[in-house]
Amino acid sequence: MPRKDPPTSRIELLQGTLDFIILQTLRWGPCHGYGIVQLIRAQSRETLQVETGSLYPALQRLVRQGAIAAEWGVSDSDRRVRTYRLTPKGRTRLAAERSKWEQLSDAIAGLMQPPGVAET
Amino acid sequence: MSLLEWLPWVRERRTRELADELRAHLEMAEADRIARGESPSDAAANARREFGNVGLVQEIARDRWAGMSMERLVQDVRVALRMLRRAPGFATVAVLTIALGIGATAAIFSVVEATLLHPLPYPHAEQLVRIEDDLLGVGAQDVGMSTPEWQDLQHSGVFEYVSPTWFDDNNLTGLSRPQRVGLLIVAPNYFALLGVKPQLGATFDPADPTPGFNEQIVISDGVWRRAFGSDPKILGRVVQLDSDSYRVIGVMPPGFQAPGRTKEERSTEVWPAFGWAGAPLTTYQLRSQHFPGAIARIKSGLTIVEAQRRIDVLVASLRRQYPADYPPRNDWTIRLVPLKENVIGDVRQSLLFLLGAVGLVLLIGCVNVANLLLTRASARGREMAVRQALGGAPSRLTRQLLTESVVLSMLGGIAGVAILFVAKGYLVRLVPASLPRLNEITISWSVLLVAFGISLFAGALFGLAPTLHVRRLDITRVLKQEGRGSTGSGEQARTRRLLVVAEFALSLVLMIAATLLLRSFWELMNAPLGFDPQRVMMVRTRLPYPNDPKEDLYATANDEAPFVREVLRRVRTLAGVQDAALGSSSSVPLNHPEQDQNVLRVVFEGRAGDEPSFVNGPVVVPEYFRLLGIPLLRGRLLADVDDERSPLVAVINETMARTYWPNENPLGKRLKLSPRAPSWTTVVGVVADARTEARDRAGVPVVYASLYQRSAKHLAIFLRGRFTPATITRQVREQVQSVNSALPVFGEATLDETVSASLAVRRFSMELIALFALTALLLASLGIYGVISYMVSERTHEIGVRLALGAQRTDVMRMVLSQGLRLALAGAGVGLGGALVVSHMMSSLLYGVSPTDPLTFGVVAATLTAVAIAACYIPARRAIRVDPIVALRY
Repeated sequence: MPRKDPPTSRIELLQGTLDFIILQTLRWGPCHGYGIVQLIRAQSRETLQVETGSLYPALQRLVRQGAIAAEWGVSDSDRRVRTYRLTPKGRTRLAAERSKWEQLSDAIAGLMQPPGVAET
Repeated sequence: MSLLEWLPWVRERRTRELADELRAHLEMAEADRIARGESPSDAAANARREFGNVGLVQEIARDRWAGMSMERLVQDVRVALRMLRRAPGFATVAVLTIALGIGATAAIFSVVEATLLHPLPYPHAEQLVRIEDDLLGVGAQDVGMSTPEWQDLQHSGVFEYVSPTWFDDNNLTGLSRPQRVGLLIVAPNYFALLGVKPQLGATFDPADPTPGFNEQIVISDGVWRRAFGSDPKILGRVVQLDSDSYRVIGVMPPGFQAPGRTKEERSTEVWPAFGWAGAPLTTYQLRSQHFPGAIARIKSGLTIVEAQRRIDVLVASLRRQYPADYPPRNDWTIRLVPLKENVIGDVRQSLLFLLGAVGLVLLIGCVNVANLLLTRASARGREMAVRQALGGAPSRLTRQLLTESVVLSMLGGIAGVAILFVAKGYLVRLVPASLPRLNEITISWSVLLVAFGISLFAGALFGLAPTLHVRRLDITRVLKQEGRGSTGSGEQARTRRLLVVAEFALSLVLMIAATLLLRSFWELMNAPLGFDPQRVMMVRTRLPYPNDPKEDLYATANDEAPFVREVLRRVRTLAGVQDAALGSSSSVPLNHPEQDQNVLRVVFEGRAGDEPSFVNGPVVVPEYFRLLGIPLLRGRLLADVDDERSPLVAVINETMARTYWPNENPLGKRLKLSPRAPSWTTVVGVVADARTEARDRAGVPVVYASLYQRSAKHLAIFLRGRFTPATITRQVREQVQSVNSALPVFGEATLDETVSASLAVRRFSMELIALFALTALLLASLGIYGVISYMVSERTHEIGVRLALGAQRTDVMRMVLSQGLRLALAGAGVGLGGALVVSHMMSSLLYGVSPTDPLTFGVVAATLTAVAIAACYIPARRAIRVDPIVALRY
């Protein structure tokens, strides 16, 4: 059976990025683990595929660090699921990491520009 | 991570929740796929594939909180054991060091536990007290109690029971051979007071109103076995004590001990009950007539403090009521002393001191192992760096290292306790027999628990140093240093040096303490005794003391004199005997129970209104002074002609003369040996001081009376000559019993033995402290050796360069030695400060040496420094043998 998404289209997540992406995803509201995977995939236009083997340890880690909080609830499809939401502490951290990422991506974008071409 | 995660059920719940969460995830993925049009079976398979290994995911997620789990611990321990097996030399040294420390600590603790910590073996022992009457105004302590005072206390409402106790020895006759037994005269409520039941028969009726002896006795298990062959029909049997008849009504269980202050009293074998108001002690109805003292049980619900407060009120009202008996200047008070404190006596300080000393040894051991671990940690720096680079969290590695050191110390603890179990019999024999509660010393659960706790603590303590190192490890730097396995940073070297300095300081404290004790002991050993103990032997006997004075064959000195002369005549003829003498029990040098019944209340002529003074009063025959070699200084000695028909005379010692007749000639002065004595006694001579009362007290006033003028029931027969103790004892027994067949002969001892036994407790603590100090010295020199040789091996390359550039070998030697010397001097400096504190705390254990004795301090510090230099010499020699070519090439 052929894979839906060819491996070449996926990007290996850098260490430390996953936490940031999860926090960023949860900014839109509480979500359960499966939902987080789907959202990341949708928002990255199928580029980022989070392995469940990374996701759940990361969630545990974030809970322990107090960046997110977990509680059991009922999903839209009437399933008992554990949903995660951002805590104020997580929000602060997200803001800090966001500015870091913006700087980094600006810097990389600058590097990608051919030299001598002025920005418009 | 919270502590809760240690709990298995918390972890279980978490695992279950995670499984639920993952299942929901799978189901949702499956449902989405079906919604997108996949067949249910395809959807299930694809979702599962996309998800990956459920079990693995669970495991990874769980790993996040399973850090403290049991499996992880087991794994760590296994790794630790493997590490230790790979370094057997290191492991052996470390385990032995700790085993030594923990074994010794546990040994001393087992003694401390049995004597100081355990309650006395009676129910609600915390309510038991000994009642001591003091005359603070005249500086007299524990002067005893009178019958009216006893009755006042019994009716005070403070006590459940109050029982006077009077220890004596006695002659148990009516058996194949007269036996001397330890006897404790008590009130009928004594056993009810202690709350103990007999193994056979009954104890006394606590309410027995008999004023005198009720002619019942309770006996110990020991005497039941020894004298009565464990006769099951012992109850009701009538035995003779000092020719009076008593009926045995009960046998106490084995192991029961009377709560006494002396070894003799604790080994009481017979208890008669006495009403303290009848014959033979009828005069004891006076408030001024004292018997030795009493024990009591405070009513339940009352603390000792509260009881003391109420007794103080009672004492104040009695003093107002009987001003003649309790003159204000005497300042009569009653003190309630916890019975346990009374039994333990003054060994508390020695024991706590020993515990402190052994704790220091343990600490030095820990420091040493910490040093070893630190050296190892730097050798393993590369391993740690690699593990961190591969993702090992520093906390994880720290845990691993701590586990290693705790495993190490646990192994040490197990080895230490094992040694203790094996050596237990030998150790107990080392303890002086006079130590109270000796029979209660066991390796109990609490001793094991303490050993376990110490191991854990020690492991954590010496494991800390290397873990700090892991946290600060600079991975990049270490990994770049190719080939060189060691990572000795400046900071680490500092830590190691600091540890060695600490080790030296601690050893110095111990060594100074040991040396001060050694010098005290030496001073005591060499302090002139004032008598000559060589080739002198004592054998004891005791004249009966019947309850009816009319039956007393030896009631007066006049009655006793013929017996004394006859015994003296007979023993003088025995083979090997050069000289013989007799005296009361208090004339036996250095063999005094603390409750001395031979302390006289002396009244001096011409000093009206004076309170009696308490003076030791041995009663002796004239030959006593010659036999013991106590020289006469002034006047004359006692003579055979001083008997009951001639005026009473006495010889005093120098201190007595100086104390009571300063700047006066004591000869011809008169005194009374008890306040109600009918006639005066004249001082006829002064002899030199002899340390017959206590080894560590030079000047104790003594007045010697003549056995022909003053009777004594407890007699010691002194013999000087060449003979074998066993034979001579048998011969003396034959001679004494051919004069009076009902007399026991016992307590044979040479004076040399008695003299050396008088220092037994001191010798015990001195030997132990010396042993500890030597161990500490050994450990400290191993420590400095380790640090310096490590330093030399670290600097081999540098030394090679120096030598290649022309440094002299002596310069290199000086450099290495001065490094060691600096550490030793720093340690000695810190240690001297600590030693000053400790030596002041132990000043009461010292004799003839000041706690700040500069000689001791100087010599010990110098010795320690010399040992340090010697320990550094070996690595220093290695340093100068460095071949520059080899060192530079590799």
